[in-house]
Amino acid sequence: MADSKPRVKVPKSAKAGEVITIKTLISHTMESGQRKDKDGKIIPRKIINKFTCEFNGKKVFECDVDPAISANPFFEFTAKVNESGTFKFSWVDDDGTIYTDEKKIEVN
Amino acid sequence: MQLTRRQTLGLAGGAAAVVVTGFQVTTAFASAEDATKLIMEFTGGKEPASGKITLTAPEIAENGNTVPISVSVESAMSGDDLVDSVMLVADGNPNPAVATFHFTEMSGTAAATTRMRLAKTQNVIAVAKMKDGSVFSDTKLVKVTIGGCGG
Repeated sequence: MADSKPRVKVPKSAKAGEVITIKTLISHTMESGQRKDKDGKIIPRKIINKFTCEFNGKKVFECDVDPAISANPFFEFTAKVNESGTFKFSWVDDDGTIYTDEKKIEVN
Repeated sequence: MQLTRRQTLGLAGGAAAVVVTGFQVTTAFASAEDATKLIMEFTGGKEPASGKITLTAPEIAENGNTVPISVSVESAMSGDDLVDSVMLVADGNPNPAVATFHFTEMSGTAAATTRMRLAKTQNVIAVAKMKDGSVFSDTKLVKVTIGGCGG
């Protein structure tokens, strides 16, 4: 789905060593591979199968996703920030497409 | 052999029972056994202990398409006291696997929230694997009014 649009919420600034909460959402049908169309044929599975979050190149959080995750997959998790930098988010589609988003945070 | 009315009824009942069990075997729904198998694969055969991990799920989910699920594990998230990963399993879905969260020291806390699909009323199980190899789990029964797997 070309119009998968990620939305990420990261605080703009934080104190050093603070644990912040990050919320992410991406629009995606997450076709489970269980549903059938009008003719009784199974609609092929097409989901986001992996989500990762990195901060300044280091892995913060990763999730292996199975079809039981709802459409428009939402993930909320935490990150500990010690320095200013950039969060990089990526979602991997079954068809190989990788959707990405970035958010900067200022740590003082 | 002459069948009485009673015997005929009994036979019909028996046949119906066979049909019902046959149906359960052929449906796409996972059994608790599949879920246990998946958990055992994840833990490497270890029986998870209770405690440390908290799974938060609604008691009744009106819409099985989006059920909010939160997990959190007590941990300092540094040094050896680190949560490696948390697996979510639903024992009544067509496929028991839901998601696996991988945490790092950068995570700060081992807590995550997502939204999942539940096909019917069932147990949701969260299993946490610590860096030192110990495993903990928590289970919640979620009652589902409308199933969420397009059935």
